[in-house]
Amino acid sequence: MFESLSGNLSTVFDRLRRKGWLHPADIAEALSEIRRALLAADVATAVVTEFVDRVRAEALAADLNRALNPTQQVVRIVQAQLVHTLGGEAMSISFAPRPPTVVLLAGLGGSGKTTAAAKLARWFRGQGRSPLLVGADLSRPAAVEQLRVLAAEIAVPVFSEATDPVAVSLAGVAEARRLGRDVAICDTAGRQVVEAALMAEVRTIGQAVQPHYTFLVLDAMTGQEAVHVARSFHEALGLDAVILTKLDGDARGGAALSVRAAVGTPVAFASVGERVGDFERFHPDRLAGRILGMGDLLSLAEKAEAAAEGRGGAESSAAAERVLVGDFTLEDFLEQMRQMRKLGGLGDVLAHLPSEQAAQANEAGVDERRLARMEAIICSMTPGERAQPAVIDGSRRRRIAAGSGATTAEVGELLRNFSAARKMMRSAGPAAARRKSKRSKGTRARSSGAKSSGRVTPAGGARRRAGADLLEKLEWPEEPSGGSAPGTPLPPSKPLSWPER
Amino acid sequence: MSAARQVPEAGFEALPDAPRWRTPLAKARSALGGRIGAALARPDLDEAVWASLEEALLGADVSWAVTEQLLERLRHEAARQRLAAPRALRSLLAAAVADFMEAPDGGLDRSGSPAVWLFVGVNGSGKTTTIGKLAHAEVQAGRRVVLAAADTFRAAATEQLAVWADRAGARLVGGTPGGDPAAVAFDAISHAAASGADVVMIDTAGRLHTDHNLMGELAKIRRVAQRASGELCESLLTLDATTGQNGLLQARRFGEAAGVTGAVLTKLDGSARGGTVLSVRAELGVAVKLVGLGEGLGDLVPFDASAFAAALLDGDGN
Repeated sequence: MFESLSGNLSTVFDRLRRKGWLHPADIAEALSEIRRALLAADVATAVVTEFVDRVRAEALAADLNRALNPTQQVVRIVQAQLVHTLGGEAMSISFAPRPPTVVLLAGLGGSGKTTAAAKLARWFRGQGRSPLLVGADLSRPAAVEQLRVLAAEIAVPVFSEATDPVAVSLAGVAEARRLGRDVAICDTAGRQVVEAALMAEVRTIGQAVQPHYTFLVLDAMTGQEAVHVARSFHEALGLDAVILTKLDGDARGGAALSVRAAVGTPVAFASVGERVGDFERFHPDRLAGRILGMGDLLSLAEKAEAAAEGRGGAESSAAAERVLVGDFTLEDFLEQMRQMRKLGGLGDVLAHLPSEQAAQANEAGVDERRLARMEAIICSMTPGERAQPAVIDGSRRRRIAAGSGATTAEVGELLRNFSAARKMMRSAGPAAARRKSKRSKGTRARSSGAKSSGRVTPAGGARRRAGADLLEKLEWPEEPSGGSAPGTPLPPSKPLSWPER
Repeated sequence: MSAARQVPEAGFEALPDAPRWRTPLAKARSALGGRIGAALARPDLDEAVWASLEEALLGADVSWAVTEQLLERLRHEAARQRLAAPRALRSLLAAAVADFMEAPDGGLDRSGSPAVWLFVGVNGSGKTTTIGKLAHAEVQAGRRVVLAAADTFRAAATEQLAVWADRAGARLVGGTPGGDPAAVAFDAISHAAASGADVVMIDTAGRLHTDHNLMGELAKIRRVAQRASGELCESLLTLDATTGQNGLLQARRFGEAAGVTGAVLTKLDGSARGGTVLSVRAELGVAVKLVGLGEGLGDLVPFDASAFAAALLDGDGN
């Protein structure tokens, strides 16, 4: 997410860092580069101007060269400004005292409303709610049909009838009440233009059903037009928030950064993939950390929790623990790789890591295909060989190579790396983890909201260090499940409202 | 469809273009032209002029690289001609944009029997709608059209295309949900060849250009379509005109996977800024062949590069 903006900004900061002492001209140059980075990231021009002006003002006020580390000070100012622009804490969703809570989705055609409706329904269900989907898009061919198919996938009922959008919406809310569903999500028709007829229709629906939440579904790849779209919908409907879609498609971040600042509506959710589960809360504060290359370990930890929840969470966290103390087998290793795939694949995991670590992984040549080859090799081993790699001799090596389509040299390399990693984890794993956790605390505390960071940091730090160490030797770093280093258990679900295990 | 937008139900060729799509471009013109006008109204040709020109181009979604190239060229020209007044830059800019947009004739290749047109693009960019409109135009022009519903992934995509096929008077060949899209394409082409159809249009599932596996699938659809009995004449990328800076990357990736022969710029009826077209054309040499201007069956017109460049820049919204 937002790699290009992130990359451009880190280039700016790297250049500053090399200077140490900052001349006013250096600041001016950095500011103009930040401006370019933001413009190239589709951020609305007005928002860019304001952003840069504020950073400039604060940089002047901060008397940078009296700071211990002037560049760090600049980074901090930019980060604060990013958080400010993105809108601070994640938006909280409350529920109507008299159900159903009515949610209205609006947006341009092709922005992904129908898919977002299903994803949102699934999200509400994950919150222990029982949603009903209302298909009020009667214009696009087969839109209701699409909603039905998606809803069947997630086992959520759909209400629709071939009358008119307003009647359908009203009847849908009544139906939710009758069925005792406590959330009603109305999917409305999109158009290709911000035009009067569309706005009138959506406004009429809004007036009729009186939604508790009105969300604009917005394609994150939209360019400078995003602000105009959001503003038009806001004026017509009074938006509560925006749902950004297609954030996995190399979106530059412009829409995310512009809409809150220019229109004042926060981004509540982000859709990040094709699957119904690829939908998450939007955390501006965490995103700011990610844009600045500090990673977003909180979100990664949450995803790991959710992924581990699906199947034998305790089991996989036991496996994770074995990795951390260096007592793991190839079987555990295979398990970890598969867990990671559940987390959205290596690319996604790397995107959540601080840029340093991610860069290390890239240098070590870690890529998805290489992991797939390693998986194939391990899968060609017998259970006995996976538990006791020492028994693998030349003949077995040839068999494994033939079975997995690899060369014997590749098999040998995997085994060598594996035993080196095990040795290394045994001697340095958890201990290194604890040492490292102290250092990572600062970054984490800034990028995650004060109330939770204190408790989460040690475990996250441990995980990260363990990952980095493994990485150097084994090319697969991250310990993805909900496990933790011994002695530093993950906090209970409360502060972050993680799902119960 | 609003009542105010009366759509002529005429064939594709029958549509005169320029007057109809000047109006939709009015907003793009005021977005870009207005700002350029403001930038050039300054008394001196100083750095501030270049900065606001840059902002105007980027603000119209022109890509970073193309903006730099355009400005580089302008700076060079301005220095060579020793220009002092910013106003003189206008004609230079217009010439540069026209140069960037220049493309060979943008007609669609119908040489095969049947001619096979593959449609690719990101989710929600308007593939199915474009096919619906184009099928309508082709049928109106007296050609027999087969639509291949090779989007077997998205829920109800086949149903959506079926509605369009029905409206347009085209035949539909579909597959099973989750089935192999390449097989659907093959079946459709075989059916078209056997029944003497003129054109086959293959609708594919929307996919983000960053998804390696799905792009691989697309490459397979294309290979299979090439091997079937027709001729794969066009591989058309639908590009949402409101797309920002990443439109270029979309075009590049789809170009690699599907051998894109041209682009369809959709949703230019919004207040889209159209800068993306300039980038795609200039950086990748992909010609824009069609423009989607509205929601009606007839709202798809051939692209005219010089008219587009002129519409984007002249008038200057003052």
